[in-house]
Amino acid sequence: MAEEKKELLTISSGKMWQPYNWAVGRYWSRFFAELRDNKRIMGTKCPKCKCVYMPPREVCGKCFAKMDEWVEVSDKGRIAAFTVVWFPHVDPNTGELKEPSPYTSVWVHLDGADTYLMHYLDETDEKKIKIGMRVQAVFSEERKGSIHDIKHFKIIE
Amino acid sequence: MGKRVGIVGVGQTHHRSKRMDVNGVELINEAVMRALDDAKLTREEIDAIVIGNMDHFEGINYVDTWSVDGSGAYMKPIMKLTTGGTTGATVGINAYYHAASGLFDVVMAIGWEKNSESDTTGAISTCANPWLERDFFAGAIGPLATAATMYMQRYGATEEDAAIVAAREHNNALNNPHAHLRMKTTVEDVLKSPMLSYPLHLLDMCPRSDGACAVIFASEEKARKIADRPAWVHTTVTRHDFTHFGDLVGWERMPTLYSASKEAYKMLGIKNPLREIDVMELYTPCSWSGLSWMESLGVCGLGESIKLNREGVYDMDGELPINPSGGVICTNPIGATGLIRIAEAALQVMGKADKRQVPNVKTALATGFGGCSWTDLMILGETPR
Repeated sequence: MAEEKKELLTISSGKMWQPYNWAVGRYWSRFFAELRDNKRIMGTKCPKCKCVYMPPREVCGKCFAKMDEWVEVSDKGRIAAFTVVWFPHVDPNTGELKEPSPYTSVWVHLDGADTYLMHYLDETDEKKIKIGMRVQAVFSEERKGSIHDIKHFKIIE
Repeated sequence: MGKRVGIVGVGQTHHRSKRMDVNGVELINEAVMRALDDAKLTREEIDAIVIGNMDHFEGINYVDTWSVDGSGAYMKPIMKLTTGGTTGATVGINAYYHAASGLFDVVMAIGWEKNSESDTTGAISTCANPWLERDFFAGAIGPLATAATMYMQRYGATEEDAAIVAAREHNNALNNPHAHLRMKTTVEDVLKSPMLSYPLHLLDMCPRSDGACAVIFASEEKARKIADRPAWVHTTVTRHDFTHFGDLVGWERMPTLYSASKEAYKMLGIKNPLREIDVMELYTPCSWSGLSWMESLGVCGLGESIKLNREGVYDMDGELPINPSGGVICTNPIGATGLIRIAEAALQVMGKADKRQVPNVKTALATGFGGCSWTDLMILGETPR
């Protein structure tokens, strides 16, 4: 009888890839269409607590109220919080390493909105970024109806 | 009101970065056998099993089905739960619910993960809304680092304040043979470790681990027969809030943790958690959480944790030791992590925490953290109530 081999094996899945086609619904369809066609950032306002949700949505979870009132918010606002991401990680959209690296993830408090927009900031030197700084959306030249119709935010002070 | 329930057995693996020697079923079985041995029970005496992990880390769905051989669930009721980072705490809480319902007497909770089998950040990112936030989000690390900048700005906390938390937890882990990272660590080591995502350094952040944990809950009558000194469940509270990270306005006080702990203290008549709770095992995924979330837990006022942390209040010999096990920043098999908090809190109450034992623990608090900003909380005590 052959001697027992003590090696421990792994089996790779290979490049698994499963494309999805997500229906985003009426509210986010309008949100993305406004970005694409008019470079406008839209929110919805809760009839009870008056909170302006941006990105918009149908129901205010706190009040459990349906929101029908659409509000245009500014493309300018303040940095609410940020991080400069240095560590390499897989981009779940592609299965490849996330590019570019480093990048800055920023939460923007747009004028007229009560929630923050998560997006990129085009500055990766953390010493040059302060919470409260004024920023403005830079729109992509070619817009396809996605969150990337805003290319990134830039500091305007 | 449900029946009174006690924890009668705890088992966990020796957590590592990569367990090449076992597959998922075998890893789960290791923790299950240890929990059964601890409670001196056989598989036949378990009435039901609650199991959980996050499928996207391994890319193999339905652990409730494929783990049956190892979990001991053959011909028994088994339920699978996944609630993001809170998964481990959720399986514990739901095992408690089942035993408290009176429909089952002895219920085993199992949490597990083999995080070595995929890119943790790539997998976690699939939790975020794919058309709004996923691309900007950087897994768990991004939002935690972002929240840290808010706390720095508002209260003047520094990277050194967070590094004090990290060094303490890494040194606590030296007393825990089950911990994944066990290395003597100074504040300077933490500050010199590579920047993952400003202001979070490598040693500020939890690792990704392979590991499993099992905890056995029993209704009062059974619990008294099984264990000399069960850890009694005093209460549990679960709070979920948002699904969009951009909704976390004012995250300097974590709303779910604040709400859950306030409700739990009210139920138990706890007025001063700093004095009335003897030890906490918290799902603090990074050092910054170990600093600021103490305020959400009502241990002190907003911004005051910085001082308490520097004074050593959270040290092993301090007024309220936090994470004697070394916590999540030393051990993080994600689907097990919340259950390990409950297990470690139970060991403290049962007086079985060996070198990491805090003397005379009467009340212990455990939490799970996950999702956008969710809390699963459980308080255990030495007498039933």
